[in-house]
Amino acid sequence: MHKIAQDIGRVIATFGAVALFFVRIVMQVPRALLRPRLVIYQIYNAGALSLVIIMICGLFVGMVLGLQGYDLLARFGSESALGSGAALALLKELGPVITSLLFAGRAGTALASEIGLMRVTDQLVAMEVMAVDPFRRVVAPRFIGGLVALPLLTMIFIAIGIFGVQLIGVQQLGIDQGTFWSQMRGSVKLHDVWEGVIKGCVFGIACSLIAVYEGYTAEPTAEGVGRATTRTVVTSAVLTLFLDYIITAIML
Amino acid sequence: MTMTSNNLVEHLVELKDVHYSVGGRAIFKGLTLAVPRGKITAIMGPSGTGKTTLLRLITGQIVASKGQVLVEGQEVSKLNHQQLYAMRQRMGMLFQNGALLTDISVYENVAFPVREHTELPEELIRQLVLTKLQTVGLRGAYKLMPWELSGGMSRRVALARAMVRDPELLIYDEPFAGLDPISMGVVLRLIRKLNEALNITSIVVSHDVEEIAQVADLSYIIADGQMVASGSPKQLKDDKSELVRQFMNGLPDGPVAFHYPAPDYHGELLS
Repeated sequence: MHKIAQDIGRVIATFGAVALFFVRIVMQVPRALLRPRLVIYQIYNAGALSLVIIMICGLFVGMVLGLQGYDLLARFGSESALGSGAALALLKELGPVITSLLFAGRAGTALASEIGLMRVTDQLVAMEVMAVDPFRRVVAPRFIGGLVALPLLTMIFIAIGIFGVQLIGVQQLGIDQGTFWSQMRGSVKLHDVWEGVIKGCVFGIACSLIAVYEGYTAEPTAEGVGRATTRTVVTSAVLTLFLDYIITAIML
Repeated sequence: MTMTSNNLVEHLVELKDVHYSVGGRAIFKGLTLAVPRGKITAIMGPSGTGKTTLLRLITGQIVASKGQVLVEGQEVSKLNHQQLYAMRQRMGMLFQNGALLTDISVYENVAFPVREHTELPEELIRQLVLTKLQTVGLRGAYKLMPWELSGGMSRRVALARAMVRDPELLIYDEPFAGLDPISMGVVLRLIRKLNEALNITSIVVSHDVEEIAQVADLSYIIADGQMVASGSPKQLKDDKSELVRQFMNGLPDGPVAFHYPAPDYHGELLS
């Protein structure tokens, strides 16, 4: 019983620490934006370097969705609804969630281990002693980079995914091209697109925050950095799915 | 509360009755010492006596639980974030492993503090960086990345970075650890040269007794959380106290035990 209380206390303390960490980042964001080169490099680092994996996964997810969706809809004789069904699934759920999970694995781990290693090699302390706030120079640009990159990657994932669905549904299984696209246009509302964008932004904040927090607070040992990297992926994945439920419940 | 060089204090850094403990273990138990302006002060002591902790107290990374740490007469723990950063801008610190930023070149590393704190034109920054690199003998290496440097070179680049903004106080954390005799000689000469040429105050934390004796004006020996001896290297060499003799002559056992506290050796082996 005592141990459970201790664990709960620890979780609450961590929440508080992350919240304070977030406030410190937000306070440094304006100053970080004054150095756009650093931020742009981090957007490139988190975004452009994740592009290939996002596009490949988007294509396969789209193609699987095409096959499964067609199989499912054919049982009800409504294959023509594949376009709208797949587009909605990708926009509202699969796009943001899978992109976020991939992002945590590719960019999140890179961010956490990079900052963790800077801690191990005294680079963060050296900056502090040189009167340079690591939050402005290291943490905030990386946070903004992730925050900007994830919604963009989400949109790219969705677009490639829809192309994948079309590749299977129209090109291979023979759904009429015109029906496919017009059904999609008819059923997808701006509201659905917004849902994808908002989820992308929220997951972007969550995943980037966790990655920089874990890296910054990593124990300065090889093991510590390893643990921080693992925790980044695990926490990001759980938080992504949890937030997905919350946002869906709010937006439906 | 701003630091002004007009208002000169005799001792640039002063510690008065400083207490500090980590995880219940007392590192400092009433440490008192003073670093005179314009001199090279060596701080020596056996491993684990908190020499690096002392530097962290001076640079305001940690706060003493009791006592005062004064830099230019100001109490470091009472400075707010801005004042602390203003104070740090007038210090340079050489880390044990150099602590160069690994994602930028040697040139950019040395330029880093200048770029962060000033709006100097690129031409001026270039001159500043190349001059400092020339001082440490690495002007030819300005294009290299930190991972292409040897340990000694990294430390020299870090030294160029530490002094690029002409600080009043240069702090060296174990500058000789793990260096070959040639690099050690180079670093020794640099410490002396910089101190004389720029008239700065230097604090050198080290346990290399022989090397430090060649450059220090004043040495302190810290053991068991307190300052146990002070004086010029020669005075310390002639000191009669058992602990100082043990440390200066590198004797394995004495007041500072070689063995970590443990139960009886034979008893434990046979149990």
